[in-house]
Amino acid sequence: MHHKKENIDIEEKVFSFKIFRFDKRKDQGPYFECFNVKAKKGMTVLEALLKIQEDQDPSLVFRYSCRGAVCGSCAMIINGHPNLACRIQLANLPSPEVLIEPLPNFEIIKDLIVDMEPFWKAYRMVEPWLMPGEREKQGEHLVTEKNRAQIDQFVNCILCACCYGACPVVSRDEDYLGPAALAKLFRFIRDSRDKRNWEDTFKRLDNEHGAWGCDTVFRCVDACPKQVRPTDGIEALRRRMVLRPFIRQAAHEAKSESK
Amino acid sequence: MRNEVLSYDVIVIGGGLAGLMTSLGVTGSQKLALFSKVHPLRSHSLAAQGGLNAALGNVPGSADDSWEKHTFDTIKGSDYLADQDAVEIMCRMGPEVVYELEHWGVPFSRTPECKIAQRPFGGADYPRTCYATDRTGHVLLHTLYEQSCRKNVEVFSEWLVTSLVIEDNQVQGIIALHYESGEVRAFSARVVVFATGGYGRVYGNSTNALINTGSGIAVAYRAGVPIKDLEFVQFHPTTLYGTNILITEGARGEGGILVNNKGERFMKRYAEKLMELAPRDIVSRSMTTEILEGFGFENAYLHLDLRHLGREKIMERLPGICDIAIDFAGVDPVKEPIPVQPGQHYSMGGIDTNEKGETKIRGLYAAGECACVSVHGANRLGGNSLLETVVFGKIVSTHLREFLKSQGDTRDASFLDKALEKEKQRIEELLKRKGERRYTEIRDELRRVMFADVGIFRKEEELRRACEVVQRLKRDYRDVSVRHKSRYFNFELINVLELEGMLDLADIISRGALARRESRGSHFRTDYPKRDDPNWLRHTLATFTPNGPEFDYKEVKITRYAPQERKY
Ligand SMILES: Cc1cc2nc3c(=O)[nH]c(=O)nc-3n(C[C@H](O)[C@H](O)[C@H](O)COP(=O)(O)OP(=O)(O)OC[C@H]3O[C@@H](n4cnc5c(N)ncnc54)[C@H](O)[C@@H]3O)c2cc1C
Repeated sequence: MHHKKENIDIEEKVFSFKIFRFDKRKDQGPYFECFNVKAKKGMTVLEALLKIQEDQDPSLVFRYSCRGAVCGSCAMIINGHPNLACRIQLANLPSPEVLIEPLPNFEIIKDLIVDMEPFWKAYRMVEPWLMPGEREKQGEHLVTEKNRAQIDQFVNCILCACCYGACPVVSRDEDYLGPAALAKLFRFIRDSRDKRNWEDTFKRLDNEHGAWGCDTVFRCVDACPKQVRPTDGIEALRRRMVLRPFIRQAAHEAKSESK
Repeated sequence: MRNEVLSYDVIVIGGGLAGLMTSLGVTGSQKLALFSKVHPLRSHSLAAQGGLNAALGNVPGSADDSWEKHTFDTIKGSDYLADQDAVEIMCRMGPEVVYELEHWGVPFSRTPECKIAQRPFGGADYPRTCYATDRTGHVLLHTLYEQSCRKNVEVFSEWLVTSLVIEDNQVQGIIALHYESGEVRAFSARVVVFATGGYGRVYGNSTNALINTGSGIAVAYRAGVPIKDLEFVQFHPTTLYGTNILITEGARGEGGILVNNKGERFMKRYAEKLMELAPRDIVSRSMTTEILEGFGFENAYLHLDLRHLGREKIMERLPGICDIAIDFAGVDPVKEPIPVQPGQHYSMGGIDTNEKGETKIRGLYAAGECACVSVHGANRLGGNSLLETVVFGKIVSTHLREFLKSQGDTRDASFLDKALEKEKQRIEELLKRKGERRYTEIRDELRRVMFADVGIFRKEEELRRACEVVQRLKRDYRDVSVRHKSRYFNFELINVLELEGMLDLADIISRGALARRESRGSHFRTDYPKRDDPNWLRHTLATFTPNGPEFDYKEVKITRYAPQERKY
């Protein structure tokens, strides 16, 4: 979602927030509640939510931390689109009526706070850490700036789960790993320092809950507030899975040549 | 599980770089738990942009850089208040730790020779700041978190540690509040490590994450641990006007210049040689002077101009800055200068430790921004804080392993039980209070007064006023009630609990600043504009008493570098 930057004067203008409420411990079902907030120059959706929590209803809860669109805590659905609440300024919203809902595809704990555990579980499943070969005796691995730039967009993922919330496959298959985890795996596969055994990795993901689950409808790409394109990573993983025998063959030949 | 006390060898409080690094150094046979008030990946460390310093000598013009030169720059930058033995350790270990991080997967930017790229940073004679574009904190935090997943570190996320239990000068454990259930529980540990970060949000106009209330330092203080040099507060020169989101020093390192409303590159009048890359305290004061003298824009900000770097370089080296400027100020740095003003940024002071990260309490350690070793003295150089988190995280993990091996288990569960009862009562009482005051009023006034009167320029009158306001706010705090009574995700309760700690820290900062009648690094007194080594080349120590902090002083460790005047 692209927000046009305009210098609209919103000072003192009243914005009405229609917010999803649900308390899994006591509510039968969710409901919406409206709160009015007087805007200030530069005010973000997160600041408005904090204002509501502080001045109107302390029982309204949501996660936050950095307020600068880098930590990924405050992902939620704003006017129907996943985004970070701290990244959207009221001045850039199309109307003073704002609809706020929690990220879909998660169990709701309370209001805008969802249970992220399935997301973290999928993340851990792909073994998201570098598996280098032998440590060089001295200094750093040599890496080209080109290779670093190739993995850059996947490195930039802040794991806010906007993509997971937007993914149609996750919504029908809770065992699907989801865009962020698969893109994270590709970040390592593509890293020239990583020497993991692809066979092992791919064996577990060569199925419809893994790399083949994706519908390639690019909802994750649309949802990402950091311009990551998870689908590109997933497609690249698929290519590698399919080409694996040839890659293996090529590696084998290269080895025997160098002997 | 409800009332049973979980027992660990080591409890690390904090899931930022310092906490994760410490955890990774704890061996598998030792039972470890990491506590964090947010998921570790939401810790403030990830906002770091510019990079971390290590004398690798990877780029042109730095072949003869060395850890000794890094040490000297750091000590000079600290205005000679840093402990020189500690600085030596940090700078010497720098390269080894950076290589280790690289082997764990940190995707550093690269030189044409495929080595780790380095950029110039303020107060350094060589380009020695290793970086990953302008998202260095993000990649470091993600990499360390990835390693913690590999090692299966047990994490208690969204638990606020509210007190530390010490008996007989020995750590017994901690007490923490679970956000979701509201449960208050005790956890027993032989070793506790504080890695809880800074207190930026005690101030208005801070670059810090909203969660940076300094509650860890406050918890340690309340438990009787001395707090060192808290009056030294770093103000970063370039924060985005309005939101105070940081615009990295790397932007100036890459060639960005500061300009006033006459179009003048004014830094030449303040730091002839290093200009925009003089240390932060100097640049922040120069900017504030320009604004006060009427050379700012709207009397509030100056321009950071990157346009001459060209789109390609800006996009390659500073993509995150572009996002921030566009998202939060509607300014595209390729086409327009960025409006910037100085803002609170970093806590040089903190929990008093020695060069091993040990406090004076047996089994209690601190690392990272919450600690004061001191490697930054009166002014931290950019890029040295990330380095401190990883170096001292590693050092602490080494020493705590030895401690566990050499010391018997002397815990006595009854102390923890008693402390838990007391803590539960304290929280009950908070919830029952009927006072009229709102925590937000007190918090907001505190932030205003700290920035205005204990800020970049300080003087007796204002400092006295600030001390009085803080006293009044502490009294008002007793009339704060928690309107929301539920236990479940009670952020009001959490904020009220943390506010008490913020007031404690403000008390220490403002009184310490009033007492220190000299100017050194970030602490600038217009009424005492000179550094005064005979009287003030010493660390401030504040210890909790029910009537406020009791101050004491301790000598600075000088090894090789005799104090000289700082010129840039
Ligand atoms: C915007 C910005 C940019 C920066 N850029 C640079 C840079 O380029 N180079 C550089 O060297 N330095 C930089 N710094 C400074 C550096 O980022 C920090 O000093 C450093 O990351 C602090 O790390 P830490 O691990 O000590 O604390 P943090 O990362 O702040 O982590 C603190 C942890 O403690 C937890 N915690 C706190 N209190 C409690 C409690 N009571 N109970 C439970 N958990 C608690 C938090 O949840 C968190 O996990 C920057 C700082 C800012 C503000």
